[in-house]
Amino acid sequence: MSAPASAAPSDSRLAPSLTTRLANAPWWLLVLILLGLVIAFQILTNERIANIFRAISEGIVVTLRTTAISFLLALVIGLFVGLARTSSNKLVYNLASFYVEVVRGIPMLVLLLYIAFVGVPLAMSAINEIGAAIGSPLLSGVTPRDFPNEWRVVLGLAVAYGAFESENFRAGIQGIERGQFEASRALGMNYVQTMRYVVLPQAIRRIMPTLGNDFISMLKDSSLVSVLGVSDITQITKLYASSTFLFFQSYSILAFVYLTMTILLSRVVRWMELRLTRDRR
Amino acid sequence: MSDPIISIRRLVKQFGALRAVDNVDLDVPKGSVTVILGPSGSGKSTVLRCINHLEVPTSGEIIVDGRKMSHNSKDINAIRAEVGMVFQQFNLFPHLTALQNIMLAQKTVRKRSEEEARDMAVQQLKRVGIPEKANAFPSQLSGGQQQRVAIARALAMQPKIMLFDEPTSALDPEMIKEVLDVMLELAGSGMTMVCVTHEMGFARNAAKDVVFMDHGKVIERSNPEAFFNAPKEERSRAFLKQILR
Repeated sequence: MSAPASAAPSDSRLAPSLTTRLANAPWWLLVLILLGLVIAFQILTNERIANIFRAISEGIVVTLRTTAISFLLALVIGLFVGLARTSSNKLVYNLASFYVEVVRGIPMLVLLLYIAFVGVPLAMSAINEIGAAIGSPLLSGVTPRDFPNEWRVVLGLAVAYGAFESENFRAGIQGIERGQFEASRALGMNYVQTMRYVVLPQAIRRIMPTLGNDFISMLKDSSLVSVLGVSDITQITKLYASSTFLFFQSYSILAFVYLTMTILLSRVVRWMELRLTRDRR
Repeated sequence: MSDPIISIRRLVKQFGALRAVDNVDLDVPKGSVTVILGPSGSGKSTVLRCINHLEVPTSGEIIVDGRKMSHNSKDINAIRAEVGMVFQQFNLFPHLTALQNIMLAQKTVRKRSEEEARDMAVQQLKRVGIPEKANAFPSQLSGGQQQRVAIARALAMQPKIMLFDEPTSALDPEMIKEVLDVMLELAGSGMTMVCVTHEMGFARNAAKDVVFMDHGKVIERSNPEAFFNAPKEERSRAFLKQILR
């Protein structure tokens, strides 16, 4: 770049030639940005497109809310199941493994349908039975309708992702050197203290990038909830497109909205990763 | 001889087909330094790790500070709080500063307040000679400094006994002395210490008893003078010849 024009031949061989540099440029990013600019321009100038965008925007809150709540629940499930999978108690270990293996082997969509249309009604009638048995008016007379679709979706996503996150936590915990456990135990700390103050802080730091990526995956998988009629951005787009026949425009805007969210989130994840790994390790 | 603070009887530890510790008896008098020597694989570290139940003995009896080791985890944790341990690999907590490393167990196990724990941590860092490293993370410290923080971490619990498991074996030669100096000072202060080490100089200068182990058995036990100058057993002589060559 700042090399003088009279640079020795050996220098010019070290510096990449213009063609190499052009070939290595992130063209995909350029195309992406251009595409984004075109769509943004359309949203600002074309009223039809603007209407589509406005309609879809109303579902963003639902999409983000179901994703965030489901992911938080999945982390809680993942943490405890992950701990259970490292347990020396055979019963605890087997229960946790059963859950993980079953859930991981079922497609996400099937699992969502199953929990929404089989799991929740079963749970409701079980609650009714219990309510009748103990004579509690609070627990009797509940129907599946009392459990809104958005909750079922959240439950389904949380159960599904909980299994994946538990494997993350398990790997994170098992990746911590034995000496850390031994030093903690030698100081008289019990299992809970050892996990809480020594093992998990290190394990979580290590699995942070994976957790971040899984959050982005969940944002995308949350589009599956449209099959249950929850008004997330995918569902709204489906309805909008079929009522206006603007399929190309509607689904392009939908893809644009997802892409914007996932790219922004992946930047946030990257930034968190850098912050966490900066000095300590 | 005063009452033993550690009393081990017929200790056996079996790893699969390997009998790592084979019927070991050992008494450690209060306030004395015992050095366990022996070739690698002789079971010396395993004996040490059985004392605070990091290894669960296959059979035998261990009494520490008048309390018999049981399988009850509450009892084990209570005893561990009285027994400090220093590891070959330091095992500092990498996500905590030196000060936080020393404070953690004080707060969680000893239930000390933040201020009490901090005061004690600062005091122990001074004792091991690196008060200026209080806010450094382990990755920013040399091996010798890390090991001294690990010693300070154990001492801050005000243990009655200190166990050292090859504390200088992972150190560069120029850092061994700074750790041994801390250990010598500790020995001089009347701390009960059990050390597995290859530092013969330390054994000569600080030990009251030298225990020589081989193949899981105690071969010889005497004072350092007698052990180094006139070992009684053939295997002790062979070992010393190897190591002092």
